[in-house]
Amino acid sequence: MNTLKIADKEFSSRLFLGTGKFGSAKQMEEAVLASGSELVTVALRRVDLETDTDNLLSHLRHPHIHLLPNTSGARNAKEAVFAAQLAREAMETNWLKLEIHPDPKYLLPDPIETLKAAEELVKLGFVVMPYCHADAVLCKKLEEAGCAVVMPLGSPIGSNNGLQMRAMLEIIIGQSNVPVIVDAGIGAPSHAAEAMEMGAAAVLVNTAIAVAQNPVQMAHAFRLAVQAGRMAFEAKLGTKKKNAEASSPLTAFLE
Amino acid sequence: MFSDIFNTYDWDETRQRIRSKTDADVAQALQRKGRRSLDDFMALISPAAEARLEEMAQLSRLLTQKRFGKTIQLYAPLYLSNECSNICTYCGFSFDNKIPRKTLTDDELLREAEAIKKMGYDHILLVTGEDHIRVGVHYLKHAISLLRPRFSHISIEVQPLDQDEYAQLIPYGLHTVLVYQETYHEKNYRQYHPKGKKSNFSYRLLTPDRLGRAGVHKIGLGVLLGLEDWRTDSFFCALHLDYLEKRYWQTRYSISFPRLRPYSTQGKLNGNTGFSIQPQFMSDRQLVQLICAYRIFNEELELSVSTRESEKFRDNIIQLGATTLSAGSKTNPGGYAVEPASLEQFEVCDERSPGKVAAMIAEQGYEPVWKDWDKAFS
Repeated sequence: MNTLKIADKEFSSRLFLGTGKFGSAKQMEEAVLASGSELVTVALRRVDLETDTDNLLSHLRHPHIHLLPNTSGARNAKEAVFAAQLAREAMETNWLKLEIHPDPKYLLPDPIETLKAAEELVKLGFVVMPYCHADAVLCKKLEEAGCAVVMPLGSPIGSNNGLQMRAMLEIIIGQSNVPVIVDAGIGAPSHAAEAMEMGAAAVLVNTAIAVAQNPVQMAHAFRLAVQAGRMAFEAKLGTKKKNAEASSPLTAFLE
Repeated sequence: MFSDIFNTYDWDETRQRIRSKTDADVAQALQRKGRRSLDDFMALISPAAEARLEEMAQLSRLLTQKRFGKTIQLYAPLYLSNECSNICTYCGFSFDNKIPRKTLTDDELLREAEAIKKMGYDHILLVTGEDHIRVGVHYLKHAISLLRPRFSHISIEVQPLDQDEYAQLIPYGLHTVLVYQETYHEKNYRQYHPKGKKSNFSYRLLTPDRLGRAGVHKIGLGVLLGLEDWRTDSFFCALHLDYLEKRYWQTRYSISFPRLRPYSTQGKLNGNTGFSIQPQFMSDRQLVQLICAYRIFNEELELSVSTRESEKFRDNIIQLGATTLSAGSKTNPGGYAVEPASLEQFEVCDERSPGKVAAMIAEQGYEPVWKDWDKAFS
């Protein structure tokens, strides 16, 4: 399996995890370890930046795990940029998952404010990973703004509904020059595998693991599914190439 | 404004509609794919749904975990003042109740805050009686700015204010406003609230509209359960919520369940207040039904259960739909550190410390959450 490169980091796992909704920080830690994930996102709002002994962060101190602070709670670009700067200082990383949802019910991202914030954060030296709609034009604009990846949603966040945005995701993956990470809506390992087979660079999962009856085992299941999906994607590419080589050129008669 | 919708409903007719819901209506509401309607909510709070309580509880638990995970948020109320210029026939702070009145000074406020902070809290709810002079918007501004550096999330439960007053408080650090209609029974509302600004039913009814327009992050709604028929009142509360969510879509909403308790209110209600309507006490079973009904109706709604409820009830409700608990609450100004012995607004039933409640939450496989907001988000 190819490794995934984002900014200056290489990841052998293509499964990224959210850290909310777990029954305890310890359970979250065990699930993260079982998932093999090397990038986990942490909500700034959940972390007590004033102490060094924050419960959530203290369970994520493993050399292979990189923290990805997120701006969940920000309702506009201004709040997100401010939160990002706090997070950079407190968590000592310039990586940022940009989330702006003015709508607290469905938690849908605001495309206009997200693009605005992304432009600004890139200038400020952040590695920006924006959560956004499965909107192909928006994804191109975020790419042009200098985002390291794009993170379109598979279906509404927390819905466990899988890849309801499939047709749009295919277009986004097809034309993107940055890694496409499917974020939100992945409710089962089969959904994750499906996204990976489609060519997603990675998936981000939270609810499906945190709320499972056995989160650790579910994390492991996702690990396998993501690997399987990626391997299938890479294998499919190989197969296609082989077929093309084997068939005789249809235009040979022209010579 | 909500009154446009509210005025198209009739209390008695609504009550009748709820009572006439059948088991088939309840089954349909439970099995529905996708979002439930207000009509489904009616079925879920109806007497017919009582037979399907276990089914409701199972579904409510699933939906709650899907949205909120296995977490319970904790907050503490900080009573700033028991001054009140209203007469409410059910409340300990009522103007006609001859109790020692107290409003915390800056020094006392900080001592109380320190005590709450030491318990582990980072989310705080400031409570006052309703007195526009002694605890008006200037006092609140000052109190919020004193507490702002110490807490990540500040809510208030005070007298309804004007839109521009709410807007003034936001830059100081106000996030959430709780304002309960008490009852949507307009006629009887006047009997419960005979004197003071609170006697103005429609000013109170339109408070959430003013909050929404002012841009307050979160609005907490509720009715005083037991004052009137809880089913009818809760339907109107859900109707209010449904209207607000569509209109003020950037706002978060929570519902609280203040329930009249026989032991703490009997004397007053049956006393010399000229109060003709007997409270309609709600059973534990019915309160569970209501909480589950709200969850099934609205998956994203925060549901808050206070220390008015018993240990046993609270221990069990966290698996059934509640998302937010207070703990170790003192309902008297100065109750945490300054003057622990003074008179409470209502009798706390679950007297366990926040640490003990957090341990109970953890024992059930849930994470007690002390911080879920940040000052970064104004």
